[in-house]
Amino acid sequence: MSSEHKQGLFIILVTFLISLLITLIPLPDWARPFRPQWYTMVLIYWAMAHPERIGVGAGWLLGLIVDVMTESLPGQHALTLSLVAYTVVRLHTQIRVFPLWQQSVTVMILLFLEPLIATWAMGITHQPPPPPLYWFTPVIGMLLWPWIFIILRDVRRRFRTN
Amino acid sequence: MAVVISLALIFGGHKQKHLKKVHHLLTLVVYPLHIVANTPLVISNWAIATFSTNSRLQDENTRLKQDNLKLQAQQQKLIAIENENMRLRDLLESSLKVKDRVLIAELIAVDLDPYIHQILINKGSNSGAFEGQPVLDANAVMGQVTNVTPYTSTVLMITDARHSLPVQILRTGQRAIAVGTGDIKRLHIPHLPNNADIQTGDLLVTSGLGGRFPPGYPVATVTDIKRVEGKPFIDIQATPNARLDHAREVLLVWTVDTPIPKQPEQVSQP
Repeated sequence: MSSEHKQGLFIILVTFLISLLITLIPLPDWARPFRPQWYTMVLIYWAMAHPERIGVGAGWLLGLIVDVMTESLPGQHALTLSLVAYTVVRLHTQIRVFPLWQQSVTVMILLFLEPLIATWAMGITHQPPPPPLYWFTPVIGMLLWPWIFIILRDVRRRFRTN
Repeated sequence: MAVVISLALIFGGHKQKHLKKVHHLLTLVVYPLHIVANTPLVISNWAIATFSTNSRLQDENTRLKQDNLKLQAQQQKLIAIENENMRLRDLLESSLKVKDRVLIAELIAVDLDPYIHQILINKGSNSGAFEGQPVLDANAVMGQVTNVTPYTSTVLMITDARHSLPVQILRTGQRAIAVGTGDIKRLHIPHLPNNADIQTGDLLVTSGLGGRFPPGYPVATVTDIKRVEGKPFIDIQATPNARLDHAREVLLVWTVDTPIPKQPEQVSQP
């Protein structure tokens, strides 16, 4: 049980690492505003699948790493991702049984939290407000969610992470 | 709980010394991620270098030789002028060293927070980089180092909305401040009185005030001036001369001798 438990945690870590890596990979300038929030979606999936394991603490830690990795305002992503994790853990029984399209919409609403808090952070650091396209990212996340869900579900079943 | 800690980080994080240590530690943790994300570029550079044809290399070699010759010619003139300048300054009994030490650093190709103008470079405190160090490219000032780890440093660029830079107009010597706008092609020059002598095309160079940037490096070219009757200040826009969004290599600068003291030693006496 214990070794399986460890293996499951390892797989979860690997998926987080991959999501962080594809966040860092340089995109051409025109595509940068459209970069999907990979790590947020991976967090949502695991918090939904294993709420007893991936919760607010994991979200906070992940957010801190994202903050340091992208050199944004320290605490900004930590706040966002712990809020996202909290909401998902709280509602996981409902979100799990939603049909996929309904799940996507829920995910989009959760993804909106990130630009919202980022805009607020820009406000308190006296940066100019972001272009309107900025608010489009969660929609891309919504369109990508079914694929991410299926991939991660297969990963979960294959490696039996629970 | 997590929310409280996050908020505390956001509002107080920049003031705490030990939190900075935690930040440095975490930066070391994400360093491998940065390196892995950079590998596609390294591989493609390597492939270009390995598989490029002989004739192309020869062409490039010829071109570089010509460039070098031109630069050497300019350098000769510069040495003469520098010596003359030193001699004149000696006569005025104010010595000033104009030489700076530079180190070439390469960009690590990762995308950071898209709405903060900053880049990651591959030289850190192991190479002697320090916080507040000026960073140039081949043409002009790019920004300054804001975070140093042993192997990498983060550079905040002059166009970031949180960055301001003391400059002067090369033609007249008028001092001003160049404030970042958050637009990578634009700087704003506030607080110049309506009758100030400034024209489009004027070159702005660092003034050296503030003691952070060495004086005399080009920064930006004035592109747009709006004088509104009845308003106290002119609205001035400038374009950075550095290729902020295309740079591959940057120069870290160590000023050998800072000519202007950072803080006036004595306060005015009664």
